Amino acid sequence: MPIKIKRAAAGRGIIDQVKEISGIDINGCLQCRKCTNGCPVSGFTTPSPSEIIKRLQLGAGEELLDSEIIWICASCATCFSRCPMEINMAEVMDALRVLAEAKNAARPRGNMPLMNRLLLGTIRTFGRTYDLGALALYKAGTASYGKDLDKLPSILKKGKIALLPPRGADRKMVKRIFNNLEETRKKSK
Amino acid sequence: MKYAYYPGCSAESTARDLYRSTVAVAPALGIAFAEPEAWSCCGTTMAHQVDHDLSLSLAAANLLKVKDMGLDMVVSCASCYSRMKIANHEISTNPLKRKIVSAALGRDYDGAVKVRHFVEIVIEDIGLPAFKKALTHSLGGLKVASYYGCLMVRPPEIAGFDDPENPVYMDKLITAMGGVALDWPHKVECCGGSLTLTRSDLVVRLSESVLAMARDSGAECLAVACPMCQINLDMRQDDIFRTLGRRYNMPIIYISQLMGLCLGMSEEALGLDKLIVSPKEAMNHVRSSVRS
Repeated sequence: MPIKIKRAAAGRGIIDQVKEISGIDINGCLQCRKCTNGCPVSGFTTPSPSEIIKRLQLGAGEELLDSEIIWICASCATCFSRCPMEINMAEVMDALRVLAEAKNAARPRGNMPLMNRLLLGTIRTFGRTYDLGALALYKAGTASYGKDLDKLPSILKKGKIALLPPRGADRKMVKRIFNNLEETRKKSK
Repeated sequence: MKYAYYPGCSAESTARDLYRSTVAVAPALGIAFAEPEAWSCCGTTMAHQVDHDLSLSLAAANLLKVKDMGLDMVVSCASCYSRMKIANHEISTNPLKRKIVSAALGRDYDGAVKVRHFVEIVIEDIGLPAFKKALTHSLGGLKVASYYGCLMVRPPEIAGFDDPENPVYMDKLITAMGGVALDWPHKVECCGGSLTLTRSDLVVRLSESVLAMARDSGAECLAVACPMCQINLDMRQDDIFRTLGRRYNMPIIYISQLMGLCLGMSEEALGLDKLIVSPKEAMNHVRSSVRS
């Protein structure tokens, strides 16, 4: 199937940014499609992992960051494990996520970026994840209270999720990590 | 044998059953655990999806604590296992990353702490003969599909766990416990992992394909070692029935819980009451194997 792409205004598109963030060179790709064939989610959306690589090589721009696969990639790493050229496609996806967030790309269905932000927020506050806290805020943020509500009684009854926030973590160290990385980033800008 | 045991956040919430059974089983096998003091989150999926340096640093904070203890790190959660291994790999092979992480932590870390999965130490350090000797009960021919998922085995160069396409460590334990370890093709397929709440529609599809293959292979239950796999495969069976009309009623049991049953431990001590699909029928196979 022929691939049609819009050449980015900047010429080379976002391939250099992907490399800068991930440290991964995708130019060795042979288009063998082992990544796509092994990918658990490529059957549910387009473009596939191998097509993402081809599009990047051909100079795709920021429009690629609206692709659903960036957020439904489950980070299972089957792509990287089977790649004959040892291209770490799982980390290329991570780099595309970072770019999608930085460029304010379209909110994906299910709003994974919000979930990520909320869970990281609980780590920053408590030093460990607080699922129930993040979950409540996520439900508020996505107005999806009804979804999965039927699960709550049995999960609470079985004690399958913690009610209270976690205690006992080295919060000072965790805060230091978040702060130091932010500082370094500010300085390098 | 003494190890630093890193429980991980799920041990206190969604995987209390995994935690409880792991710490119950360990001493019965001659394994001593010390918990790193004030351990913190490894960063798991959200950290690596948002910021790789953060992901490496959050994991390294715990590895550094274990380094001070002078022990190997043992992990029972597949996600923590994966993040710790990836952090070690990046930090020990990429001097720039080591610098960034060390600056974030305020202390240098070299990436040298050995990280092991609980299943690995039972097979590699305790060994199957000693494991078998410790058992008091048998799985009584229970047909078990061992499901490894993604994070224990991939990427293979970094995880280094068994065979990445056809791992057999859990199967060996099942056989040693008197169960039937099924040869089936979906051992390392993905259950949908962290899409669990954001895209449960996909989790339903992916988990269903794992359950269907397990059932078609004759499984009476699945053995798992990852909290994410456990909750997806267990909790979503209800949604699979509702959306796809297929009823599985397949118990999803942690390998450590099966081990505990064969060590004569109680349902409660192993957190078996926390499973959503009842493991009762599978447990009925368990019988005493002590010869008089």
